[in-house]
Amino acid sequence: MKIVIIDYGIGNVKSIMNAFEDRGQKAFLSRDRDVILGADGLILPGVGAFSHGMNNLNKYGLVTIIKEYVKTDKPLLGICLGMQMLLEESEEFGNTKGIGIIKGKVIKLPVVNSNKIKLPHIGWNEIQTNKIKWGNTILNDVEVSSNMYFVHTYVAIPNNENEILSTTEYFGIEFCSSLKKGNVYGCQFHPEKSASRGLTIIRNFINICK
Amino acid sequence: MNKTRIIARLDIKNDYVIKGIHLEGLRKVGNPNEMAKKYYNQGIDEIIFMDAVAAYYDRNSLTGIIQKACKDVFVPITVGGGIRKIEDIQIALNAGADKIAINTKTVQNPNFIKEAAKIFGSQCIVSSIDAKKIAENKWEVYIDNGREPTGKNVLEWAQEVESLGAGEIMLTSIDKEGTKKGFDIELNKMVSEAVNIPIISSGGAGRNQDIADVIQSTNIDAVSIASLFHYKIETIDSLKKYLINDKKLHIRL
Repeated sequence: MKIVIIDYGIGNVKSIMNAFEDRGQKAFLSRDRDVILGADGLILPGVGAFSHGMNNLNKYGLVTIIKEYVKTDKPLLGICLGMQMLLEESEEFGNTKGIGIIKGKVIKLPVVNSNKIKLPHIGWNEIQTNKIKWGNTILNDVEVSSNMYFVHTYVAIPNNENEILSTTEYFGIEFCSSLKKGNVYGCQFHPEKSASRGLTIIRNFINICK
Repeated sequence: MNKTRIIARLDIKNDYVIKGIHLEGLRKVGNPNEMAKKYYNQGIDEIIFMDAVAAYYDRNSLTGIIQKACKDVFVPITVGGGIRKIEDIQIALNAGADKIAINTKTVQNPNFIKEAAKIFGSQCIVSSIDAKKIAENKWEVYIDNGREPTGKNVLEWAQEVESLGAGEIMLTSIDKEGTKKGFDIELNKMVSEAVNIPIISSGGAGRNQDIADVIQSTNIDAVSIASLFHYKIETIDSLKKYLINDKKLHIRL
């Protein structure tokens, strides 16, 4: 089995590689078309600005490769910015086009401006169930209300609510903290930084790829 | 609701975790990788490695320790001490760090924060501010591990680093650091209410009540703890249970 992490010069990929290795599965870094299409599981990592991420994906011709990979129905996991880029567009720094695998857009966390509210949303927060059951997904065996580690200012809003796997609340705003469309998954939080429960997600993803 | 983070701070000198008082008078307390792993297994929310002498001697030696720590610690890791160039940040991130704490360099060249945030994103830039009280409700920014006064006002500097693109502020009270006499509540209250980025409060935790006090009476987002854990005065688990059960605070268990 081969897990490939998309190498486009963005994100702390070392931690993701370490997390997979900890769960007994080596993950490889690549931006090569054949390697990506030959993967049994694909990871799209990412931190930072949406436009910067998309620019780099486009620069290496990765958008079409990712779309081609998804057509094979093999598992994909987007993490943080990697999840946001799966949507159609983001309002970060004007409108930027995303990969568009998930219908919907990315907007700034719509919290009310107040000196009590901090942005970016940094830290541990709970994930809750939405309409999809967690069994047989990346959240298999993860308890409801588990804490995951978040670092973000923008959130993904899938048009289809049935694609929302979990939600999280921040200052009264409930947002999509993970999503699922067939074998395409996304986590707004960082499973590779979310201690043992995050590592359970990595293990589940490995099992889905088998 | 977001949880207040409990962070273990490991100050490092010559491959050992060290601890001093008022950032001086250092003594060895253990091996950084063993301590990081132990704290992770006990449920720490985050770990900060600070190269205690790097700013002074103008060097950085943490890379090997970070590489090793990232293999068995799956919570965020921040690295600070001696970050001078964009290249230093890249090296620390490549080693596996999630965030970088910078102090001395940013005071000398505030645009360094802007440049770093533009390249790596604000989420990975922690502005470390060492504050010393100089008058009632007035604190001065110090650099070089609390050795050099800068003439800068802490409140104004905190607002400036926010506007320059820092994603978080680690606020250390030099007066309280290592004393185990509790946090500087007024300092933390003032800064945490004046900026909209998260504040990590550092310096002074001597008993679990001190930590509850600073969380309850200010708007901080995280506490950084050294002595209390290093000298086994408190375990991470018992501290968290106290904050959750006795103080009804939002903490991750």
